[in-house]
Amino acid sequence: MDEIKQGLSEIECDVLVIGGGTAGPMAAYKAKRRNPKARVVLLEKANVKRSGAIAMGMDGLNNAVVPGFATPEQYTKEITIANDGICDQAPVYKYASRCFDVIQELDSFGIKFQKTENGDFDVKKVHHLGSYVLPMPNGETVKKALYRQLRREKVLISNRYMATRLLTAKDGRIAGVIAVNTRSAEFLVLRAKTVILCTGAAGRLGLPQSGYLWGTYENATNSGDGYAMAYHAGAGLANIECYQINPLIKDYNGPACAYVAGPFGAYTANSEGNRFIECDYWSGQMMQEFYNELQSGKGPVFLKLNHLHSDTVGQIEAVLHKVERPSRGRFHENRGTNYREKMIEMHISEIGLCSGHSASGVFVDEFARTTVTGLYSAGDMASVPHNYMLGAFTNGAVAGEHAVDFAAEVDVPDYDRDDVVREQERVLAPTQRDDGIPPNQLEYKARRLVNDYLQPPKVTAKMQIGQARLAEVRDDLDNAMVVRDSHELMRALEVSSILDCADMAAYASLFRTESRWGLYHNRVDYPEKNEEDWFCHSILSKRDGRMTAEKRAVEPYLVPIDESERDAYDRQRIRQHA
Amino acid sequence: MPIAYAPTTVPVVVDDVKCIADKGCTVCVDVCPLDVLRISDLTGKAYMKYDECWYCMPCETDCPTGAVTVNIPYLLR
Repeated sequence: MDEIKQGLSEIECDVLVIGGGTAGPMAAYKAKRRNPKARVVLLEKANVKRSGAIAMGMDGLNNAVVPGFATPEQYTKEITIANDGICDQAPVYKYASRCFDVIQELDSFGIKFQKTENGDFDVKKVHHLGSYVLPMPNGETVKKALYRQLRREKVLISNRYMATRLLTAKDGRIAGVIAVNTRSAEFLVLRAKTVILCTGAAGRLGLPQSGYLWGTYENATNSGDGYAMAYHAGAGLANIECYQINPLIKDYNGPACAYVAGPFGAYTANSEGNRFIECDYWSGQMMQEFYNELQSGKGPVFLKLNHLHSDTVGQIEAVLHKVERPSRGRFHENRGTNYREKMIEMHISEIGLCSGHSASGVFVDEFARTTVTGLYSAGDMASVPHNYMLGAFTNGAVAGEHAVDFAAEVDVPDYDRDDVVREQERVLAPTQRDDGIPPNQLEYKARRLVNDYLQPPKVTAKMQIGQARLAEVRDDLDNAMVVRDSHELMRALEVSSILDCADMAAYASLFRTESRWGLYHNRVDYPEKNEEDWFCHSILSKRDGRMTAEKRAVEPYLVPIDESERDAYDRQRIRQHA
Repeated sequence: MPIAYAPTTVPVVVDDVKCIADKGCTVCVDVCPLDVLRISDLTGKAYMKYDECWYCMPCETDCPTGAVTVNIPYLLR
């Protein structure tokens, strides 16, 4: 295994789904259900059984719109406000209207949702305004349940293939993708009528403070390949400057407390043990207050559970140490830290791009369509803000159904054979060198530069230095990188995605000359929100081989937001009582 | 310039006595999202070849004989 082999084969399909994590399996499943005759292929860099953000399951739904607890209108309003108004509401409203059907469908797959003694859904309040959090008692089984459905519907699964570049037809339509086997370096051309990108967040962008390249909040496989592929295919990317930054346990990539421990009475505290934020729901505004407290004399910040009864802590541990990040208990054991005894130190994560938690993603409309005909996207990488796991499932379903209908009306587009030859040359170039820089060193340097220059607070001159230094790394990637086996080749291709995402992050951050979304886009030399000039999306795209950015108007709201409600998320800091 | 190896203590440990990779089992290698495990040509047992671990635990959870242990990588401990 791992030696580099020659090889090129070609297959054809109606719907090609790239990424087998959360949105991808649902997209493939729904496409096949809607049209059983369609040829649906699910391509995955790892193995669909255990890939993506929910490789080990998920503790619950963060954004369930359950009848009787919330309405699609309320949810759409909350997310619009949480995202500082920059929100096309149609995709959010569509998600909110459809997600309860998806909950019931997941239930039919065997995934349970917590109910009260009366048989009602046990929905918790974590957000600033409404109640949307619903625990999943057997959340560790979610991948297995999905996999069973894929097998039943006979979706064709190709594991250990990494997509590297999308293919487009002469008229700009999507025509398929080029992929490389991560264990043999053999190429596969997948011609397709439609492609759905579901490759997750760009989570390997910043370097975790531990210095361990793989200790990222997001699954470390999520290197932003989809962002890079969409960019090179000419698709628009929305609000890339609205980074993802998360509050985590210091040195461990486990999320803090908002959704699991919060409803039991745990909270985020400063070193004095006092609350300083009104609401633990993850928003840029909340992260700004978190950052301020970290930097203040009352820092650092802690997760406080030691005021809770030991049995309550046990209940919390039973979730936190079992699902999503099950090695968490071991981390605390090593450190000798126990939630019952002391507050647990927290910190902010490295930066990433992600719409699942914030709003940086490939631009999509309410049918999950990107700006490239035939190209769809769903999940963490598509621009529906704060859409989380249930958003990935729901928008994946929307994408799969629309794509398979579209595929029924069109032929498989032709592509330029020279594009494949050029891509093979690009991919294999580092394997032709006997000497040079290995991908892990290039990656370390690129991500260290992201931390030094691109993470907020954002300073114009620093961003520009960062761009120049990252260009030097790219020059090394193009001319001096050496790769010795096919596993390293996968890493090399991931570094290429990481550099593309870093370039986009810097470019988009410089484009928006205001501050918005709290810490996510805190530009020190433009400290105010500027509604007059910047109440709009920024859309980044590749034109004539160069990166460009333009403004795009926010679509008129479907659910009106009252003037008095607009800044609800700006009031995160607990006010001092007299 | 020659390429040197930097020594590292790896987080995933396999108990060779319990591991049945030599009987044809490849579960841990198959499920690892980062694809860092391999079967040794020398011993026929699974081992961590690349120190690129997200300590996510499918390898340990899915191992049919309980041979795999995931430790927290040293830099995070």
